[in-house]
Amino acid sequence: MSEVTEKGRWVSRAIQWVDDRLPITATFKEHASEYYAPKNFNAWYAMGVLALVVLVIQILTGIWLTMAYVPTGEGAFASIEYIMRDVEFGYLIRYIHSTGASAFFVVVYLHMFRGFAYGSYRKPRELLWLIGMAIYLVLMAEGFFGYLLPWGNMSYWGAQVIVSLIGAIPYFGPELMEWVRGDFVMSGITLNRFFALHVVALPLALVGLVFVHVIALHHVGSSNPDGIEIKAKKDENGVPLDGIPFHPYYSTKDFVAIVVFLILFCAVVFYAPEMGGYFIEKPNFEEANPLKTPEHIAPVWYYTPFYAMLRAATFPFLGLDAKFWGLVIMAGAILIPAALPWLDRSKVKSMRYKGWFSKIALMGFVVSFLVLGYLGTIPPSPIATASAQIMTIVYFAYFVLMPWYTTIETTKPEPERVTH
Amino acid sequence: MSEDTLSTNTNRRYLLLATTGVAAVGAVGAAIPFVQSWQPSARARALGGPIEVDIGKLKPGEILRPVPAWRGQPVFVVRRTPEAIAILENEVENLADSDSADSEQPDYAENPHRSRNPEIGVYVGLCTHLGCSPEFEGDAQPKPFDSDWKGGFFCPCHGSKFDLAGRVEKNLPAPTNLRVPPYYYETDTTLVIGLDGRVA
Amino acid sequence: MSKRLLKLIRVYTIALITLAFGVSTLGADSDWIMESMSPNLDDTASLQRGANLYVNFCLGCHSLEHQRYERTADDLGEIPHELMEANVIHTGQKIGEHIQSAMSEEDAKAWFGAAPPDLTMVTRVRSPEWVYNFLLTFYEDSSRPFGVNNKVFPNVGMPHAMLSLQGIQEEVCFGNRPIDLLDVQAALRQDRVDSIKEGGAENCGELSLIPGSGMFSTEEYEQAAFDIANFLHYVGDPTRAEREAIGKYVIGFLLILLVLAYFLNRNYWKDVKKN
Repeated sequence: MSEVTEKGRWVSRAIQWVDDRLPITATFKEHASEYYAPKNFNAWYAMGVLALVVLVIQILTGIWLTMAYVPTGEGAFASIEYIMRDVEFGYLIRYIHSTGASAFFVVVYLHMFRGFAYGSYRKPRELLWLIGMAIYLVLMAEGFFGYLLPWGNMSYWGAQVIVSLIGAIPYFGPELMEWVRGDFVMSGITLNRFFALHVVALPLALVGLVFVHVIALHHVGSSNPDGIEIKAKKDENGVPLDGIPFHPYYSTKDFVAIVVFLILFCAVVFYAPEMGGYFIEKPNFEEANPLKTPEHIAPVWYYTPFYAMLRAATFPFLGLDAKFWGLVIMAGAILIPAALPWLDRSKVKSMRYKGWFSKIALMGFVVSFLVLGYLGTIPPSPIATASAQIMTIVYFAYFVLMPWYTTIETTKPEPERVTH
Repeated sequence: MSEDTLSTNTNRRYLLLATTGVAAVGAVGAAIPFVQSWQPSARARALGGPIEVDIGKLKPGEILRPVPAWRGQPVFVVRRTPEAIAILENEVENLADSDSADSEQPDYAENPHRSRNPEIGVYVGLCTHLGCSPEFEGDAQPKPFDSDWKGGFFCPCHGSKFDLAGRVEKNLPAPTNLRVPPYYYETDTTLVIGLDGRVA
Repeated sequence: MSKRLLKLIRVYTIALITLAFGVSTLGADSDWIMESMSPNLDDTASLQRGANLYVNFCLGCHSLEHQRYERTADDLGEIPHELMEANVIHTGQKIGEHIQSAMSEEDAKAWFGAAPPDLTMVTRVRSPEWVYNFLLTFYEDSSRPFGVNNKVFPNVGMPHAMLSLQGIQEEVCFGNRPIDLLDVQAALRQDRVDSIKEGGAENCGELSLIPGSGMFSTEEYEQAAFDIANFLHYVGDPTRAEREAIGKYVIGFLLILLVLAYFLNRNYWKDVKKN
């Protein structure tokens, strides 16, 4: 017994010593054991922590990949096969990284959908939402730069197509394009700068933004499926009545979610790393060849909804050509969710209490996103283009009409306390 | 406190312990590929394969030049004169590990000349102190670093001295004799370095 | 949660899964209806035969520049390295080296106009099935520089390397093979044969072997083509077997962890449910 207390005293003295110099206990309390989260979270609320897990996985495997990868036009493709065949467990690290890229977008898209459905972007979480949008943009850039690095033929031509988009900008386009590539075509020079951005610049930005995202979240508090503020009703100690400490209740719950995620993730990594050509595209097993375009170019699945919208612009307008409008539509589609906090005028936050118009609009949005995602993977045809044009309108209607339909529809009353 | 709560708390402690334990095993397992990936790759192993060297033109008292590389390390192949062989057998009192008890060599090189045959010596040309490559000073005559030099290798980095069998002198920084790589005679004039003998 | 939302989520999830697992439609060069072929990495004998055939009939021109002899020997049933060096390596290379073709790039350009492609990942760019059908469908065509053409790779710029084994195939205007109606591939062929019969000469295209022109019987040759395609399937992704073996343990372990995590979580949440 005395041994135990003796030991206990040592531990508490050590903690005290550190706490006097670095507030670890206070930080742990603020962000875990005394961070009160609504007790009515459902599975959708696990996507954030899963995104964090994928971020860690990507950073770790990414660091290890750079140890054997050769960022030159001559060496890149062979170095990937070197990693896949010659480096011990290199194939595993590489497949985890390639699968992680897709997994990142899966969880981020689900995370964003959660925000759409439950009004997570509404006051006081506007800035939290904007930081999230910034993370999404950086993530898209990170994925794009990373996709060039294997220097396969799809890497090459995919990057070629996207960089050529810059050429659509009036006046400066062509010069800007050369500046981005640092050459007259995509080349080893382009690969080198994309490599630097992919492994140093953007990961730093990503980690910084994620940190700020979490700080902002813990400042305003988490939203919940009912869309009501738990901070509105507190007990005599200032603890929200519907709040429970993040640790241990959500730390254990998130742990379950992480394990479920890892099982699905490992199933892909070990048994279907190419995912039928969606995670690693077939032409990418051929080295980049500036003289031969793959028969059919499609970006990786997570960009295809926007790619389909880009291709949907087929006619000139206001004296500017279709190529330019394609760029505008694509950029608009990516950026417009940032305006949600100001587009949504509903009296309630959550889809649970919103009216029929909101529900139909959200469904239309989801359908348009998925259909566009599919259309972006198939070769263009008149029917595909027409469908993409209709779906582009549906996609934008969800946002543009929101101030109107959220004000005229009848909503259900929000509950006083969370439903649990 | 009710009995129900008590049993919940006991279960909790066990569950927490079990989950943490299993998760820790998982973390160690997950670290394995990352640790293993630092091992020499198939390419490094292929490049580090055995090499053949021709000693037909090597004259007594000389070292094979250019110095061959095995696994990227310089290998000293020397042909000793009869006088030098005599020195190796007699001058041992000044050596740190004269019978090579603490040094690294195949069994067939655990003898005074530390080689398969007394005339030809094969040594990894890296000092056992901190890995500099010693210089070959084959002639037995006074040197700036030793007025009583009998021929051998001198490491310019930290002054370790080795005789022509790669044995280190006492009271110098290098702790052990130069390493002897595995090797065998493919023919009288061809050495294979990196293997102990022909694979059956 | 409202039922509407639940349903919506279900639709969303199903659509996403469909999207993810859907088969991509890439790389159809010709309208030839392929014979199906599913590779079998457990068939070590087939892989070894495939390696041998590859070295004898393909490696003269097509290297496997990312694959090493050593790993090939180790993976295909632990072939002893000396045996591999004596019987498989004809180029004087060492066991640890990449499987390089003996032909120089200059010679290749002079003879074929272009360097023959490396085939390390041909089954990943195309498919094992494609390789199998490619090997089966060389036929006589005097308009081509090498006197042969190919059904799945029209106007291919190479001779039929295994002509001596397979024999000579000719294009004919209706199928000569007996057709098993239970075989889907065969039924599709029958359709085409019918259309050829009706449509006349411009629809000709079935292949027929001149009997006795090759050393192998049809079955033996099909087996050889299978073995090569199977071997190249292995070469395309040599760690597949190891990966799938490890995967079982990893997922099994995670399932155990899931059970523990689930009960731990349920235990903690009893506190919350009580209030």
